[in-house]
This record gives sequence, structure tokens and C-alpha cells, in this order.
Amino acid sequence: MNLEEYKGVYVFAQQVDNEISSIAFELLGKAKDLAKDLNTEVTAVLVGCGIKGLADQLAEYGADKVIVVDDPELKDYRTEPYAHALASVINKYKPEIMLVGATAIGRDLGPRVSARVATGLTADCTVLEIGDFPLQPVPGQEQLHNQLLMTRPAFGGNTIATIACPYNRPQMATVRAGVMQKIEPIKGAKAVVEEFNPGFTPDHKYVEILEIVKAVTETVDIMDAKILVSGGRGVGSPENFKILEDLAEVLGGTVSCSRAVVDAGWKPKDLQVGQTGKTVRPNVYFAIGISGAIQHVAGMEESDIIIAINKDADAPIFDVADYGVVGDLNKIVPKLTEALKTAIAAAK
Amino acid sequence: MKIVVCIKQVPDTKGGVKFNPDGTLDRGAMLTIMNPDDKAGLEAALRLKDQYGAEVTVVTMGLPKAEEVLREAMAMGADNGILVTDRVLGGADTWATSTTIAGALRNLEYDLIITGRQAIDGDTAQVGPQISEHLNIPVISYAQNIKVEGDSVIVERQYEDRYHVLKAKMPCLITALSELNEPRYMTPGGIFDAYKKEITVWGRKDLKDVDDSNLGLNGSPTKIAKASDKVRKGAGEKVTLDPDESVSYIVDKLKEKHVI
Repeated sequence: MNLEEYKGVYVFAQQVDNEISSIAFELLGKAKDLAKDLNTEVTAVLVGCGIKGLADQLAEYGADKVIVVDDPELKDYRTEPYAHALASVINKYKPEIMLVGATAIGRDLGPRVSARVATGLTADCTVLEIGDFPLQPVPGQEQLHNQLLMTRPAFGGNTIATIACPYNRPQMATVRAGVMQKIEPIKGAKAVVEEFNPGFTPDHKYVEILEIVKAVTETVDIMDAKILVSGGRGVGSPENFKILEDLAEVLGGTVSCSRAVVDAGWKPKDLQVGQTGKTVRPNVYFAIGISGAIQHVAGMEESDIIIAINKDADAPIFDVADYGVVGDLNKIVPKLTEALKTAIAAAK
Repeated sequence: MKIVVCIKQVPDTKGGVKFNPDGTLDRGAMLTIMNPDDKAGLEAALRLKDQYGAEVTVVTMGLPKAEEVLREAMAMGADNGILVTDRVLGGADTWATSTTIAGALRNLEYDLIITGRQAIDGDTAQVGPQISEHLNIPVISYAQNIKVEGDSVIVERQYEDRYHVLKAKMPCLITALSELNEPRYMTPGGIFDAYKKEITVWGRKDLKDVDDSNLGLNGSPTKIAKASDKVRKGAGEKVTLDPDESVSYIVDKLKEKHVI
């Protein structure tokens, strides 16, 4: 492998139902920073069926170039044709860096592709930067420059590791949704669009989709919410989430929850915050009746302001809360909703 | 039907994490468990065995101590246990780990391979799909339901806002979510039997079609540049007041921060 041949920062631009996923724009934002440090370009890889029209959006969010792989076999996500598409792009265009969202699609596609092109893959990264490997010079070992340094939590968020992929290309990472910042879209921006089709011949690895069952949800994505009112097991019952919904409504916020609540069947999985749910960073995060297990904290600790209400004074949530209130949520939350109604009305 | 289940012994991160004075994990002081997603995968295999009849073989890669999870799996009902252990395999990343396990599985006959979606220590979710790639078989990740129909499996594959019902020809690899089922307990008879059975131990020489350059720390494309205990934002204020005062306190803070 001649590492010098590999150039450019590439992003897998995930789309579902021919709508580009937010993670693709987030990755483009980060890719732009990395490309600037490396003095190179950002390329988005758009894979699907009937998706060429989406290329302009990717340009507006920072792609200099868009490679479009468009084929009827790629209509809905399936591991094999998508892996073939992305691996073929890597083999032909030789990117230096390949970023993929750590979504239910990306965490399947990423490992399959990395194994196919024989390179390393770092999962669920939260920080990406360009730097040296080893970080400090080590006698007898060449220090390599312009390496992708990929930082990720491990051991349920207890440790944090920075990983490099110094001797293989591309340097591949999956990146957690909600962590990287999109750029302000540049209206009317255009990218160089190139179509590429490696050919798709169904074989034993192509699975058949018998049915697609979409979850019915009318709620907004908790990752886009500015204010989240999040409830845990301490809320007590699914019915009692009503008091959280009332609070959220007054503030124009959204209700989310902890894993325990999803496991109990009180709320759907798309409202779950945490390591195995979503990473959120709203302006204000209310943690109500949430003990603050590390796997939960990993998904919300970047929130600007964290307000915790919990009757257990020793709950670990107070270790990350900016403002912690020890008390009974059933007494405090309804009164808080009323007080905020009054305060907001007075401010108008 | 022959089913292979790949399992991993992991530190129990829920039961409190212990650190050495230098900030590294004190694995010796931590309890170990069978990784929860893997246990759900094993349970799924045992249910297929109950339903259709199957031979279930569990495979783990790790230190000799990892034999414990094989015994546990056999006490739950697995038929055979294989421990892949060798000093040269240590320090492997997901590429080298999946290469190793694929090398072991090439010695076995299988219709179905089940792994957990991810292990709670690394959380990568990579080893399952990578094994399937090395073995050139289809993969279905994030399985929330598994059925067998003739020579195919029908699997519900979970995504964020939907699931797909997928059909794949066997042999096939499936990664299991812990939501898949509630694993059964070991039975006293099962525990007794599990300790009577032999565990097969394989080392480097038993791996099929695997190059040394793809194994262990040296064969891992990813390298750790730095690892540390996570530095968290410090705790803020904590107050214990009566409900009305609590409300005023929160409202004042929201005003102070210009939220309202």
C-alpha cells in the first residue's frame, strides 16, 4: 500500500428514503476542518437510487465534490450492495480519510467496508483532529505527521482513547451523530458531481427485504431540540410523563428519556438519550428522576446547562449538573411549570 | 442445523469501574460477565435449538480465564465450547480480532453464526460484520427477532426509526441486540454437565488461512495514541430546599442564563 497515493477527506453521505440524514451534513462540517489542515478537498459519496438531485445540498454544506453511485439495487439500505459501492469508491479514488456516521446503517456498513479494503476503523468517534503519531517523539520510531487522530469513549464512557491508523489507508472512522457541527449552508454552492457505477450483480450476500416497517412518531428529533425535558425511572409511570410534557410545552422543548424508561416500555427508543441512544447537546437539559448512570451521562454531558431534579442527594447526575435540586419531582415539576408560565407571560 | 455463537468475557461496567493509581482500568478488581448482547445471541441460538433442533457451539477469544463464559454458556445449554487463546493474539483491534475468529470458524461447519451487536467494553459493533466479510457470507446486524424458514433466516433488523424484515440464505451471520430476548438461567444440572464436558482450546496454529501479519497488536491497523480516564465537567451547585423555593431557584437560574 503506497500511502502517498491516498488523498482527500471523504464522507459517506447517508440518505434514507432519498432524504439526506443530518449526520451527513455534520460530517461535512468536520471534514472541512480536516481538509483545511491537510490542504485538500472534501468529497461526499452519495449512494442510493434516484439520488443525483441531492448533490447540491451536499455542496451547500461544504462538499467540494460529490461522487454519485446510483443503481436500482441501492434503493433501500442493504449491507452488501452498499458495501460494494463504498469499497469500490475507495479502491478507485483512494481517499486519505473516510468518515461514516455511527448510525444503525454506518455501524454496519463501516466494519464491512473496512474489512473489505483491509484498513482500520475507529468506532463512534467524538473528536477528530489532525496531528502526529506518536503524539510525542519516541526514540527509534519515526514520528508521522498529518495523521487523523480519532478520539472515542470506551468502557461505557469511563475511559477515553485517542487512536491513529498510521500505516493503512484510508483512515476510517464512524462518528457519533450530534457531535460535529454543520456549517451554515452556503446557498447556491455547487460541487463537482461525478457519477460512478461499479456494477451490481446480486449474489448469495444480497439479502432480500420482505417488508419495511416504519415507527410512527409525531415527535421532533431530540437531537435538534434546544430544550430537553428528560425523564428517568424516577418519574414512576408512563402516565406521569404528562408533568414533563407540560413543562416541555411551556418552554417550547421536547421530552426525552433514559434507557430504563425505554427498557420498561414507557417511551419509544427514538427518545432515548445515552451511549446506546442518542447524543444530545441542547441549550438546557432537564434530568428529572434520572440517576445519571455513566451510559446516560455520555449522551448528554455536552449540554450547555444541565438542571437535575432527583430525590436521592447522592445520585451521580448531580456530579454533572450545573444546578441540582434535591427533592420530589412530583411536587416540584408541576409548580415549576406554573411558575414558568407566569414568568414568561410577565416577560412579554 | 449447526449454530456457532461468538461470545466475549467483559468487565462488568455496570458494577462499578475500578481504576489503578495511574488511571488505567484495574481489570483484576472488576467482576467479569458474559457480554449482554452476546448472551442474547446465545439465547436466540438456544431457542432455535429448542424449536428446530440444533447443535450450538460457543466460541470465545481471550485469556485462559475466558473459559468461564464458555462454561456458563454450556450450563445454559450450549453443546460445545471452543477457547481461542494465544499470547500472539493479544492486543488485537477489531480487524485482528475478526481475522482471528474467522480463522477459527473456518475449521467448523455452520449454518448460522450469531454474535452480539457490540461488547460493553469496546462498544464498537465491528467484529460481527467484519467476521462475515472475512468468511464471505451475508450479515444481518441489529437483529431484534430471528426465525428460520427452510434454508433461510427471516430477521427483523432494527434501525433508528424503522425495522426491515430481511431474508437471507444460510450460512449467514447475525448480530444480536440485547432487546432480542430475556436469556435463560443456568440450571444446576446444566452447571454439573458443563463441568464434565471438555473445552476445546485452540492457539495460533489452529487458525485456518490466516497470515501472521494480521494478528495481535502488530497486526492491528489501529494504534492507541493515548488512553486516559475521562475528564468530566465538575459538579455545579446542589441545593436542598422546599418545593416552592426549589421552583424559584430554577426559575432564577433560567432567567440568569437568559433562557426565559
